[in-house]
Amino acid sequence: MSDTLEKPRATQGRAPDVFSEDDWIPMQQYREDEAVDFVIVGTGAGGATLCAKLAEAGFSVVAMDVGAFYRPLSDFASDETAQNKLYWLSDRISAGDDPVEFGANNSGRAVGGSTVHFQMVTLRWRPEWFAAKTKLGFGRDWPIDWREMWRYYDEAEDMLKVSGPVRYPWGPKRGRYPYREHEINAAGLVLAKGAEALGVKWAATPLSTLSAPRGKAHPCVYRGFCKIGCSTNAKQSALNTWIPRAIAAGAEIRDLAMVGQIEMGTDGLARGVVYHRDGQWRRQRARNVVVAGYAVETPRLLLHSACARHPDGLANSSGLVGKYFMVHSNHAVWGVMQDEIRWYKGPPSMTVCEHWNYEDKGKDFHGGYAFMSQGPLPIDHAKSLVSNTGMFGMELRQRMALYNHMAGLKIVGESEAREHNRVELSDELDEFGIPVPRVTYSFTDNDKRLYKHSLRFMRQMLEAAGGRDITQTASSAHMMGGCRMGTNPSDSVTNADGRTWDIRNLWICDGSLFPTSGGVNPSLTIYALACRMGDRIVALGKRGEL
Amino acid sequence: MPERPFRHPYPDYDVLAKWDTPSWNEQTRRVVSKRLRDVPPRRFLTELQFATLEAVCDRVMPQPERRGPDKVPIAPFIDARLQANETTGTRYVPLPPLQECWRRGLDAIEAEAQHRYRRAYHGLDPVEQDLILQAMNKGKTESPAWGPHLPAQKFMRHLLLEFIVEVYYAHPAAWNEIGFGGPASPRGYLRLGANRHDTWEAEERDDTLVREAAYK
Repeated sequence: MSDTLEKPRATQGRAPDVFSEDDWIPMQQYREDEAVDFVIVGTGAGGATLCAKLAEAGFSVVAMDVGAFYRPLSDFASDETAQNKLYWLSDRISAGDDPVEFGANNSGRAVGGSTVHFQMVTLRWRPEWFAAKTKLGFGRDWPIDWREMWRYYDEAEDMLKVSGPVRYPWGPKRGRYPYREHEINAAGLVLAKGAEALGVKWAATPLSTLSAPRGKAHPCVYRGFCKIGCSTNAKQSALNTWIPRAIAAGAEIRDLAMVGQIEMGTDGLARGVVYHRDGQWRRQRARNVVVAGYAVETPRLLLHSACARHPDGLANSSGLVGKYFMVHSNHAVWGVMQDEIRWYKGPPSMTVCEHWNYEDKGKDFHGGYAFMSQGPLPIDHAKSLVSNTGMFGMELRQRMALYNHMAGLKIVGESEAREHNRVELSDELDEFGIPVPRVTYSFTDNDKRLYKHSLRFMRQMLEAAGGRDITQTASSAHMMGGCRMGTNPSDSVTNADGRTWDIRNLWICDGSLFPTSGGVNPSLTIYALACRMGDRIVALGKRGEL
Repeated sequence: MPERPFRHPYPDYDVLAKWDTPSWNEQTRRVVSKRLRDVPPRRFLTELQFATLEAVCDRVMPQPERRGPDKVPIAPFIDARLQANETTGTRYVPLPPLQECWRRGLDAIEAEAQHRYRRAYHGLDPVEQDLILQAMNKGKTESPAWGPHLPAQKFMRHLLLEFIVEVYYAHPAAWNEIGFGGPASPRGYLRLGANRHDTWEAEERDDTLVREAAYK
């Protein structure tokens, strides 16, 4: 169906130049039989960022990704079906009362990971969430203080040249966004109109897409295909920010490389990884292994790397690897507008309302949610319609003919961490002979009260903005947890630095570290955690504590 | 029973007219021209399963105004996807793996038709065909062919309907009838505000549909 790449590109001392249609950049390569300082599994928001930070500090680093190394300008079509190549489409078994949709919904498979197809919403956490238990009386405290995270948010936002408003109306005082905000599309102004009618604040969404030129990348042209990969490089993903920076600093990226197992040495330390590339299984020796495969693949790899000394999987003495897996509720309301909206133009979520993330009164639930304006492409919109309602026939075709008059509001809703929401290995094998993951997920009563509250509020707002014939849909977005960090080896998998309690040269650097989910899109917090982790590893190295 | 005619407000819009403009880049032309040119032959489903699927596609996405080659082909692309075992990334419990799920699901639709009417699904009249789809959507099927490992509603919503709309709305004819701008790279859009559009976008000729939806 699509021209998926089958041969690795990053070989022979060169890697694709992502800013060109067919050019290359030089790339350092490392021997497999000599240990590199770090091998990183996964090149998304966590892995790519850490890779660049460590390479710049002088470490030898190899980062592997099972996905292909694309050049957006020549590899990305303006076509939803062709771009399915960006998603993790291998089977994952989805169980529980509210089974999670994977694939296009939340899972990338490319160098750059899910950031290649993310919708660029780049929000900071509310400070209190990092100490939710202490300050708000629910959830759990993170092992990192919000003020420290604030510094790393600055670093990540600058790296992504986030375009945002001069004054963001929620949260502590902050500096300006690196780039000015974008012109807001009609879909975004529907949210604005509704918010003003209801007397709550709204803002232009801080977005990781350029509002002015940056190096070889042009500003956003509002083509609207963000969710299936940006073909102009306006989107600032890990692929066109941290990856080139990492390669320039001497890191090696291995594309189409599936890591099947982490190997342990007789000294009780990780000694490298076994991986599949170009038709064969290979080994890479390393002094440190970092797992950055996101909330399903990271626990899956740790569990599948079980050995005599670690029969329940690596870093799993607490029994928590794969547990406390979280998603965001992603419920939405949709209405027909008198105006022509044409929501296919511009980034899909150009305005945001974080009112219920920062307002604690008048809630019948713990936690918060943000919601944003919407702009799904036709197939995406049709699939959400039919999977939620079962609508078919002329009714469906006529409903879809209202596409240009639709507007929607959709939440990113905090959900509680629960032990029974988990990633496990099934007894089926995938194409590499690795057990297929089985993920069990159910919303809690509190989660349900939260999304019901949001549906009532958003319906009111959409009606106030002129929306008619309003329908609602249920879904989930993002993944977090499964290897949570903490302060105590008995109830967490890693410490605040992502270092596993059990094996001192085995680290985790991705969204699976989240102890709680927060009510905003997770990517910026993953980037910031990785920036912090890079600095921490350098500091530990200087003290001889690696 | 004659199908209600399909109405849409973009009678003179043709997204393919932009083929040679900056809205379409080479890689997009490549994938869309392949889709329009190469309708895959049936390779995965049996003749009967394929006939059932074609009949279902006609009910899910009725195209009464199109005849013969003008009809957007759907079933052949689903068959090709199944042949290649192109999974979605999600297998909902308790559904079986993709290929087996489709075979058993289409067999169960046929069994449901035989159970209710003693005739093949593809030979039923449209009202009867719709009744079966509605029963599936409500989880009220009667044939034992469904069974506990093939819940009709899950098969219907997550496989049958999703795959059908995924094929249909990948076709330029579908983009035309909903007024979607279609491929847009390297050229995107300049006018983002309500009721405004660039010259290379669809022109809305009337707003009857919107008025009907608003006063429904």
